[in-house]
Amino acid sequence: MHVLLGLEGSDESVETLETTIERVLETGDDLLVAVVDKPEASRSPSAVVDLAKARLEEADIDAEVRQLEGDPGSELVDLAEREGVDQLVIGGGTRSPMGKVRLGPVTEFVLLNATTTVKLVR
Amino acid sequence: MREHSSRVYPEEPCGPFPTPPGTYTDPEGREIALSVVTHPEDTVRGVADGERTPIDVLTDMYQQFDPADRAQGIPPSSEDRIRRWLEPLLENGVNVVASHDGSVIGHATLVPDTDEPASLTAPGDVEWELAIFVLQDYQRGGIGTQLLEHLLGHASSLGIDRVWLTVERWNGPAISLYKRVGFELCGAESFEQEMSILLGAGV
Repeated sequence: MHVLLGLEGSDESVETLETTIERVLETGDDLLVAVVDKPEASRSPSAVVDLAKARLEEADIDAEVRQLEGDPGSELVDLAEREGVDQLVIGGGTRSPMGKVRLGPVTEFVLLNATTTVKLVR
Repeated sequence: MREHSSRVYPEEPCGPFPTPPGTYTDPEGREIALSVVTHPEDTVRGVADGERTPIDVLTDMYQQFDPADRAQGIPPSSEDRIRRWLEPLLENGVNVVASHDGSVIGHATLVPDTDEPASLTAPGDVEWELAIFVLQDYQRGGIGTQLLEHLLGHASSLGIDRVWLTVERWNGPAISLYKRVGFELCGAESFEQEMSILLGAGV
């Protein structure tokens, strides 16, 4: 399966990266990683690119890591269509202090607009 | 250390609200007691078995919670997960329970929006997230409103002023209830609607 993993600079994205790496090691899926720019995130896009490359190398996975400019949701959906991927993987929401799951506007955009299957990682 | 917040609060403070302890008779004639959970080790007023701590009686309540009434991933479903979810709520939060015939049937809670709840000195320094849960057999009888108002009254007496919550955007009845009490819509449009209220000082 051809999988596109969308990351931004949150802790949630780092966990999503780890979970996806574990999955790819089991399945041998063909992975493409795209890093989007979400200004309020704690890590910069280039820091996330470096982190993803380092983790993929450690796991001995050969995957391209791309940095996307512009609106995160629409860039991910566009790339998924252009590359004809089978699945678009993104983080499954942050938790409020109360423990409520919060899905942000990027997640909502992707869920409503993607023409591929979308996987939320929790 | 007033933490940075991008959340918008109403300009006008709300209140006063009733403070617990209180009693309420629901439309079915059931006597409901409203009580503060003072300390994780203390027994809860209105709950029959004095040997059991708040986390025990609340775990009982959440195990009876209808899974269809879960919202945004809470409450969790297994006993183990319920306890792990309740621990920080009881340790760091402000909690009011509704009980009937010696059992807890409703719970309203405020959790401080901070990474270091232990170092919190003044409750007014942070924002507090609110949630309310009422067992299915007791819903639609005004108990949620009673829990909400008594929790806000108690919070105000502790010096808490900024309270927010999220509610699923399609949950019209809940949004109406929060609006009646004084919450206003705020925050980004997403699956969840954020609402906030500013509490007046004291009661």
